Amino acid sequence: MTGTMNLTLLVWRQAGTSDKGRLVSYEARDISPDMSFLEMLDVVNEGLTQKGEEPIAFDHDCREGICGMCGAVVNGRAHGAEKGTTLCQLHMRHFSDGDVIYIEPWRSRAFPVVKDLVVDRSALDRIFMAGGYISVNTGQAPEANTIPVPPEKAETAMDAAACIGCGACVAACPNASAMLFVCAKVSQLAILPQGRPEAARRVLAMIRKMDEEKFGNCGNERECEAECPKEISISHIARANREYIKAVLGSREK
Amino acid sequence: MSWVKDAFTTSVGKKLLMAVTGLGFLGFLAGHLAGNLTIYWGADAFVAYAEHLHSLEPLVKAAEAGLIVFLVVHAGTGLWLFAQNRAARGGRYARNKWAGGRTVFSATMPYTGVLILVFVAIHLATFKFAPEGENVWEVAAYVFSQPLCFWFYTLSMPVVALHVGHGLWSAVQTLGGNHPKYMPAVRVVSLAAAAVVILGFGLLPTAVSFLAEPIP
Repeated sequence: MTGTMNLTLLVWRQAGTSDKGRLVSYEARDISPDMSFLEMLDVVNEGLTQKGEEPIAFDHDCREGICGMCGAVVNGRAHGAEKGTTLCQLHMRHFSDGDVIYIEPWRSRAFPVVKDLVVDRSALDRIFMAGGYISVNTGQAPEANTIPVPPEKAETAMDAAACIGCGACVAACPNASAMLFVCAKVSQLAILPQGRPEAARRVLAMIRKMDEEKFGNCGNERECEAECPKEISISHIARANREYIKAVLGSREK
Repeated sequence: MSWVKDAFTTSVGKKLLMAVTGLGFLGFLAGHLAGNLTIYWGADAFVAYAEHLHSLEPLVKAAEAGLIVFLVVHAGTGLWLFAQNRAARGGRYARNKWAGGRTVFSATMPYTGVLILVFVAIHLATFKFAPEGENVWEVAAYVFSQPLCFWFYTLSMPVVALHVGHGLWSAVQTLGGNHPKYMPAVRVVSLAAAAVVILGFGLLPTAVSFLAEPIP
């Protein structure tokens, strides 16, 4: 293990949704480069608790990059500047002694701040409820090869299904659009035969719900693709756009 | 027909309107540039081109009507999207960095769009509604002999190029045309189109100034 480092954090503190919020400076002392970003915040929070101050609230769960709970904008980059990582998988070895680190919550009108770095992402759940599923009659497990799916299609669908719903695409988008999130699901289900019967209804319902939740409009800025911890491609947005055109012009759905 | 309204007032629907009208303008620019390049053959060729174009009056009128409709849709929808996107952010970041997706082309779209609208207004005022009795070459020679007009026209073309450089590939993406085989080429073609705008239109004021008879 190499030497520890001392950092200055500028953390967004906000008591509740209606509070105005502000950046507060904290010193993070003796931080090991082997720590994850969240472990570094844990250390700072222990110090705050010992001093009798309110610890910094942040979302986290699995801490292995697969649950989608964590996330903050670190020095202007969603989940920090490392490519294809969530905040919990960002390690302090990417920082240097004496660094000043800005830590802010996802900013979007559709994601109200609950407290400090914690935002309410239930808007994403409501978009899923509008159509991010397939309807099947359950019964006995069907024979696996009844519906053939070519491996490359299965792979492309799986790439889209890797979305963990963290909301980094919204945080990074200059327009606070949720298109990468929405289109990853539309695209995944549009590629697979099981998703085809409801494809037209799904894309219309999910896009309308996204607009209703007050997300912005996609400007093809590609920031989402660059920041997505699962590196989901904007080609899924293009596929969802095709699905939208097909639904409008080629289906009976209104 | 409420399904038409529903289809084109969603976020994706509005983007489709932007893409289709934007591609329409690119088609117009291609035709406009092809005609304007007759300037390099001198005054006679340019005037002959203009007169030939005006001999197709009914077609020109139809094209003008189409362009006006496209302009209203493109500018109106663009401003609507801009206002919605501003509102959707919900608070500014104290620190904000581009992750590598955004470019100076994409980041300036609303602003270059408004500047192009101003340019179109001035362009129509100086050429289309120019005083009667002069041919188009004389009008061009006069306009570009004014230093203010010369630089306004010359410097407006990089602004158009910024808009085109993002607009072309963005329209293809919005219309669902993203494919690993040809998307890299579409991005190159988009930047090439921007270069054509700067070189093709941007050098015309200089060309006219060189080729025109000195005004006594």
